[in-house]
Amino acid sequence: MKVVIMGCGRVGAQLAILLDKENHKVTTLDINVDSFRRLPPEFKGKALLGNGLDENILKKAGIEEADAFIAVTQGDNRNIMAAQIAKHIFNVPKVICRIYDPLRRDLYSMLGLDALSPTTIFAQMLKEKLES
Amino acid sequence: MYIIIVGGGRLGYYLARTLLDEKHEVLIIEKDAATVQTITSEMGSISIKGDGCETAVLAEAGTNRADIFISVTGEDEDNLVACQVAKYKFNVPRTIARVRNPKHEIIFKKLGIDVTVSSTAIILEYIKHEVPTNPLTHLLSIEEKGVEIVEIKIQPDSKTVGTAIKDITLPPESILALIIHRDSKPSVPTPATILQAEDQIIAVTSPDTEDLLRTALTGS
Repeated sequence: MKVVIMGCGRVGAQLAILLDKENHKVTTLDINVDSFRRLPPEFKGKALLGNGLDENILKKAGIEEADAFIAVTQGDNRNIMAAQIAKHIFNVPKVICRIYDPLRRDLYSMLGLDALSPTTIFAQMLKEKLES
Repeated sequence: MYIIIVGGGRLGYYLARTLLDEKHEVLIIEKDAATVQTITSEMGSISIKGDGCETAVLAEAGTNRADIFISVTGEDEDNLVACQVAKYKFNVPRTIARVRNPKHEIIFKKLGIDVTVSSTAIILEYIKHEVPTNPLTHLLSIEEKGVEIVEIKIQPDSKTVGTAIKDITLPPESILALIIHRDSKPSVPTPATILQAEDQIIAVTSPDTEDLLRTALTGS
């Protein structure tokens, strides 16, 4: 599977490493070159410096042939916009994005975006842990 | 009309002023407390502090009864999301977004924003107009009708100088509306009008045929 991951923070880098180990073709995107330090030397995928809201950068990252696009930058709105570009402009078959704000996540889920809210998920996990 | 503006920077501030002068009901949503205070002290309580992308803030602002929702922050992604939340959650009939990157205009349209305004594209167009060798300038675009009004300058070395308008084949649906001559006198073009050097022609055309129109009128 060809996967483009926008945002090479802790989550983005971790996901890139996991997918790379399973021999998927991974391209990570970040606007800060230091973020790529999170990728180990044995990482076989690509690391591309640039803004994922820019169509040219997305094309360079191979979004036109990608099977999946993941948006996990720090900004909810940036993730939302990038995910919509991937889904509606480039017709990427599988698009997932992170939206911290649960209300915003609910709205965009309704609008057809596959979106996860770490806030809701983690709060739920903590609650379950408390109760166990 | 009730108009909500997201972003109380220079653009949002002067926009609010203009709209208040026209007796509209205006509310500015602004993240920065100090900016909210400045607006309140100068224009009264027409501003609330908050994130214009958040459902709770928009609910407090009464977005469900807004006629127009305008987002003019400095970040394209924030303007997109604010307008989408207003449109899809609160059913605002008209959403307008400021776009910094001109390439984002098409994307915004595809994602449901009614009107986009790209300051970069507008400034570029103005500067192009002042470059003497540039023959075609966009004056106005009536997007919902697919029509635009352009200005075409006839250069002194243009092949069409001395040609009558009836001898020029214009592309379909293009109309020459006005000619402003070198001496600044305007006239309505007729088939017998002869093109002269430094004529400025105001024409109605469409984005698809503007290149053909330019070629027809300038001969190059």
